[in-house]
Amino acid sequence: MTKTIENATEGLGLVETKYFTFASAPDELILESGEKLGPVTLAYETYGTLNGDKSNAILILHALTGNAHVAGFHQGDKDPGWWDNMIGYGKAFDLDKYFIICSNVIGGCQGSTGPSSINPKTKMPYGLDFPLITIKDMVDAQSHLVRSLGITKLLCVAGGSMGGMQVLQWTVSFPQMVQTAIPIATSARHSPQQIAFNEVGRQAIMADPAWKDGQYYGHDAPSRGLAVARMIGHITYMSDISMAEKFGRRVKEERPEKKFSPDFEVEGYLQYRGDNFVKRFDANSYLYITKAIDRFDLTNGAGLEKVFKAASGIKFLVIAFKSDWLYPAYQSKEIVRACKQAQVDVSYCELNSTYGHDAFLIEVEEQEHFIKNFLRRVSDE
Amino acid sequence: MSNNSPVPDINKVKLEYRVILDLIPAGSSVLDLGCGDGELLNLLVRTKNVRGSGIEIDEKAVRNCALLGISVSQQDIEGGLSDYGDKSFDFVILNQSLQQVVKLEAVLQETLRVGDKVIIGFPNFVYYKSRLQMVFGGRTPVTPSLPNMWYDTPNLHFLSISDFQAYCHTRNLKIEKAIYLDGNRIIKFLPNFFAQTGIFLVRSQT
Repeated sequence: MTKTIENATEGLGLVETKYFTFASAPDELILESGEKLGPVTLAYETYGTLNGDKSNAILILHALTGNAHVAGFHQGDKDPGWWDNMIGYGKAFDLDKYFIICSNVIGGCQGSTGPSSINPKTKMPYGLDFPLITIKDMVDAQSHLVRSLGITKLLCVAGGSMGGMQVLQWTVSFPQMVQTAIPIATSARHSPQQIAFNEVGRQAIMADPAWKDGQYYGHDAPSRGLAVARMIGHITYMSDISMAEKFGRRVKEERPEKKFSPDFEVEGYLQYRGDNFVKRFDANSYLYITKAIDRFDLTNGAGLEKVFKAASGIKFLVIAFKSDWLYPAYQSKEIVRACKQAQVDVSYCELNSTYGHDAFLIEVEEQEHFIKNFLRRVSDE
Repeated sequence: MSNNSPVPDINKVKLEYRVILDLIPAGSSVLDLGCGDGELLNLLVRTKNVRGSGIEIDEKAVRNCALLGISVSQQDIEGGLSDYGDKSFDFVILNQSLQQVVKLEAVLQETLRVGDKVIIGFPNFVYYKSRLQMVFGGRTPVTPSLPNMWYDTPNLHFLSISDFQAYCHTRNLKIEKAIYLDGNRIIKFLPNFFAQTGIFLVRSQT
């Protein structure tokens, strides 16, 4: 799985994150809550070549803790972007044909405006003064980025998990800007179980004494809490089978020094993942983004098929994974059902995989087949 | 709707598919239930410009549908039909799949709700060679249209052309057309005896 920098010369090579800033006062971004946010910066990357009539652009959207760096290598990095196996020359999102944009989200901490950014009014990090944001707000911000690139219609918007929610929101907020949509391993609204897991993560962060009501910038971050949140997340991204295959009941060679130090491999793995995560992610961003995900409900209390009426010209490819218990296939089928009732062209595949929710990042070959052929069909029209 | 494969040569298409193609006017909307690898739907899209989509449960078959560039949902027929509103399609096709569904009657009623007209194709269980195998061989028949042994057949229902005609009569379904085949020949004489396959175009009269 892990590639080294030697591969950098074969695929995309070195890439860089770019930044788009807009919505400076007095033209701030009006959020769904009615609050204003500005100026707003979005981190993004692009690959491939935009064609003359700007009709080959595909927008890739990332999951909860993802970022704009979806493919290629950053200078000095050992690992490529998070979906590098899907984006490149000859790959599912083929750079020989398409111009790829990957946008970060507002509320995040990886180059875009979020709670760790400087509040222009106080010259201090926002902390909890940052307004609550929604998936719709994220997509609104991205629409400014897309327009700034001179693109009026995206050939496709695609993404998994929270990225899939943004995809769905794009088709509803800006149907005239979207030709096709590929929501993967996602849901049109979060279920109580999904909200519950996120809430445990948030409680872990807020229970960390270092959190200090979000005003920890310049001091120790609530790393223990955030690490625990990440550990919970990782459990939900895997499956019973994938954990059994990866770790079994194997224990470490040496006896742990303390009674409850980790001895099973799975424990060590989760701790390692948790500890690594806190180096790159802000605890407040985790709170804001998980809240945005939990509040996501595309149905708005009405039938989803009514919501999709506006998207009737868009073609959908919906992908789910059989072992994904965090975003079970029935949620994807609800999207498919709504498409059908709204007379929207939809294809649906439920892929065999034992990787659980993580499958959308791992199952390259099957996804590539469906995505490649879908894009070929719709881009030939 | 464009497509990923070249336009098929209609003369090389098997008779069963040509018969179905002839039943569907150009530009119709079509749902193919149990569309398999998408060959028939692809023909309809490519030669008749239909607005076509399919439902198929088998992952390999769905993969091939994607390759051909047709819209397909990977679902079972029995669960997938409720997604559609009344009369969403001009035609619903149940070709060689009806005999494999568990709740046949429920599926058929749903099909008639979703489609204005329904095309049903099935193997005739009382084809004369089957009768011979049963009567003289004492064995469960194995024929080109019913090729599986008793222990590995996907078929759950075994019906004859006469059975289906009688069914339509009791359920008040109008048979608008019926075509009977023995391989690549059309059978007009004693179809319940000489035909391996029956293809019916029906609609509900209520």
